[in-house]
Amino acid sequence: MSTLTESAAPVPASAPIVKPTAQIRSWKIPITFGGIAVLSLLLFVVLGRGQRGDLSTFRLSEARDLIQLPEVALPTFATGVFVAIVLVLMAAASATLVYRHRKVPIVLTILFALLFLIGFLAWAASGSTIPVPGLLIGTVTLSAPLIFGALGGVLSERAGVVNVAIEAQLLAGAFSSAVVASATGNPYLGLLAAMVAGALVSMVLAAFALKYLVDQVIVGVVLNVLVIGLTSFLYSQVLAPSATLNSPDVFSRLNIPLLSEIPIIGPVLFRQTIIVYAMYVAVAVVYFGLFRTKWGLRVRAVGEHPQAADTVGINVNRTRFVAVTLGGVISGFGGAYFTLGAVGAFNKEMTNGMGFIALAAVIFGQWHPIKATLAALLFGFATNLQNVLGIIGSPVPSEFMLMLPYVVTIFAVAGFVGRSRAPAADGKPYIK
Amino acid sequence: MKLELRGITKRFGALVANNNISLTVESGEIHALLGENGAGKSTLMNVLYGLYIAEEGEILLDDVVQKFAGPGDAMNAGIGMVHQHFMLVPVFTVAENVVLGHEQTTFGGRLDLSAARAKVREISDRFGFDIDPDALIEDLPVGVQQRVEIIKALSQDAKVLVFDEPTAVLTPQETDELMTIMRQLAASGTSIVFITHKLREVRAVADRITVIRLGTVVGEASPTATNAELASLMVGRAVELTVHKNAPELRGTALAVKNLSVIDSRNQIVVNNVSFDVQAGEVLAIAGVQGNGQTELTEALLGLQQHVTGSIELDGKPLRGYSVRHILDSGVGFVPEDRTEDGLIADFSIAENLMLDRSSGAPFVKAGNLQLGFRAKFAAEKIHEFDIRSQGSEMEAGRLSGGNQQKVVLARELSRDLRLFVAAQPTRGLDVGSIEFVHTRIIETRDSGIPVIVVSTELDEVVALADRIAVMYRGEIVGIVPGNTPRATLGLMMVGEHAPATEAAL
Repeated sequence: MSTLTESAAPVPASAPIVKPTAQIRSWKIPITFGGIAVLSLLLFVVLGRGQRGDLSTFRLSEARDLIQLPEVALPTFATGVFVAIVLVLMAAASATLVYRHRKVPIVLTILFALLFLIGFLAWAASGSTIPVPGLLIGTVTLSAPLIFGALGGVLSERAGVVNVAIEAQLLAGAFSSAVVASATGNPYLGLLAAMVAGALVSMVLAAFALKYLVDQVIVGVVLNVLVIGLTSFLYSQVLAPSATLNSPDVFSRLNIPLLSEIPIIGPVLFRQTIIVYAMYVAVAVVYFGLFRTKWGLRVRAVGEHPQAADTVGINVNRTRFVAVTLGGVISGFGGAYFTLGAVGAFNKEMTNGMGFIALAAVIFGQWHPIKATLAALLFGFATNLQNVLGIIGSPVPSEFMLMLPYVVTIFAVAGFVGRSRAPAADGKPYIK
Repeated sequence: MKLELRGITKRFGALVANNNISLTVESGEIHALLGENGAGKSTLMNVLYGLYIAEEGEILLDDVVQKFAGPGDAMNAGIGMVHQHFMLVPVFTVAENVVLGHEQTTFGGRLDLSAARAKVREISDRFGFDIDPDALIEDLPVGVQQRVEIIKALSQDAKVLVFDEPTAVLTPQETDELMTIMRQLAASGTSIVFITHKLREVRAVADRITVIRLGTVVGEASPTATNAELASLMVGRAVELTVHKNAPELRGTALAVKNLSVIDSRNQIVVNNVSFDVQAGEVLAIAGVQGNGQTELTEALLGLQQHVTGSIELDGKPLRGYSVRHILDSGVGFVPEDRTEDGLIADFSIAENLMLDRSSGAPFVKAGNLQLGFRAKFAAEKIHEFDIRSQGSEMEAGRLSGGNQQKVVLARELSRDLRLFVAAQPTRGLDVGSIEFVHTRIIETRDSGIPVIVVSTELDEVVALADRIAVMYRGEIVGIVPGNTPRATLGLMMVGEHAPATEAAL
């Protein structure tokens, strides 16, 4: 009975523990797929438009492009029927996978979403034309403040401070950039002012959260209300009576030579304002800073395990303060988009909940700068889709389309694309 | 390097954690700091490491007075620490953890991780550790994580190395290996401070022993002292080290667990096809290193886990899949392993804590009203019966000492009409007096004919209490052996080696 000698070969000391895993059946995805598939059947087949052979046209180039791509015309009803059938099949496939204790691959989810989107666009554009470049250009433009806000949120939360005050930072940035750019006549000084304003808001957040240990969510909410009140008051008392302080120069679009002539991608990415170009840089810098530098390693360490950071001589609260402040600088810069990048004047509460959508992008993007950017782009797309469909006169009520970004947000945050894990010490003040 | 502490006094408000403590550690010496939980050992070391600033006293390295404003200063002076709760970021790699705080950078502030990897390899080669610098900490077994802590300290050229309760999370084999590493380090001239409350280890490895009690040095001892001598020095009175118990009076199978598996939220099978039964009137101890599924197993018994398969039957009635309320009403008593987190509500009074799991009806609640009079009477009785040292039943539970908190939990659970008693880590972090008390109550419970399951990572406790021992490793029960099984065999089972003739032992 010497089973001792028959034991398995010794495992090397550093071999990671690989625990066996089992797939818990989660019917979340098949049910969602099924619901959408049924909706597609109803919408595209039963209530299908264009049954007399109407076409849905997708325009891929703008008139001034050097390289003109041909328009793509799809038969509306046939496309709808095809899409609906494939969606039903995919829902069935996902149900089978789950039934067999297998995971539904993320590729299937992405394909499903894309296919539904094509079907929906074809249905909505029955007998008319969807300008694809316009749809995408608007997506990037509308996403800019979301992306800046999300980057600010990522920086702050990676350091362990929950940042609910993105809305406040955006609004403060919007307000001060409008005022400074109008007063000095220099929009670049407006951008600078936006950064300063965002930093000031986040410094208040950091001070209360880190020094006075106030609940970070509460400070964030209070800051949002405070900045809304403050800017609205100043708007009605100072800006509204005299137009001189609220008429900044707006940045015009800069075409980047050559790059802007690439079909589809060129107009979308390289015919934008300086604020959008700054956004590309910001995404790259935040990613590099967080994951490739000494500073980023320390920021992530204080957000994950502040005590461990303290025991190797890192000043936890100072590191957090700097990260939160930098987050405010980025969010504030994004606020300038509203005034200097789009409207050209400050309005009461003009950020209109974008800060909260940015916060959703942070969570949906799993606290990762690139993924959060993609999430923000998705939300931006939903917003712009509503604009474009409104213009081409789609049968969907505009109120319903207005809900779309928020519906997408709720589904996204509810964890439909993988569970996200927050930095371990997010929201927890460090007390020795 | 020679380390000297002179007259260190550290207060937290009215509490004097360290009172005028002096200590000398010679170069190349292993100096054990022995004391009970809460005696002030860790506080002293946190003072040495610059985490706390002492009110009085000074720290000398090679006879030079040091001023530490923070851990950074202490590290630069050559002090390294292997913390009881590892100071490692779980989602970072080994190399990232080792360089954290001392990062080398290349052009543009870019992190130079290849230098860090080289350093990890160099040190782990020197001690034969075999550690992959790119492994994530959370994927490594605790024994290996501890080696990462050691590498981290050594990478800063630590000349004085403090081990704070290093063996708490290790298997007996890993403990032996750690002892070898400590001797190896001492031989190369490193001074070692070894903080522990385990007598066996002190006698095995220490060159000198300083005993601390209630924040004061109460004496020095040589490693040749007996366990009893060291224990009485540590506790301040003669201590009963063994638990007196008679042979169990078995009254038939009460709890039967068959093919129980638990899947956690990360889809890992944390308890894997486990079967065992417990007879009325016996103590089944579940041994094993922390994190091998014991926590999830006890939670599954109580209905606290979501994804459980298999069957649990108590007195022939199924328990699996029922609500916690139903399981409690079926007569399951449960002492959770983290009493401050799961066992008590710190801001509630002792009386309130005593009725926590009985708020659904009489006698504590009638027609939706709390029966305050009955509760006060009940609390007073239990405080007396379980010797809970407090300022009365309205005192907040959070202000009690660890031992008295545990007595509140025990009093609550044992005062119900039990059919099964499950105690997870019942004496973790308690002083010797409280440990004696808890052990006595557990044996009394057994003798009253209730089946008892004790989950413990302390082999001493397992051996002291168990009539049979089930050893868990990576979610499986390696074997169930009699209570008198030699420690060496248990140690091997704790790393997954099947013991000879396991089931036949019944």
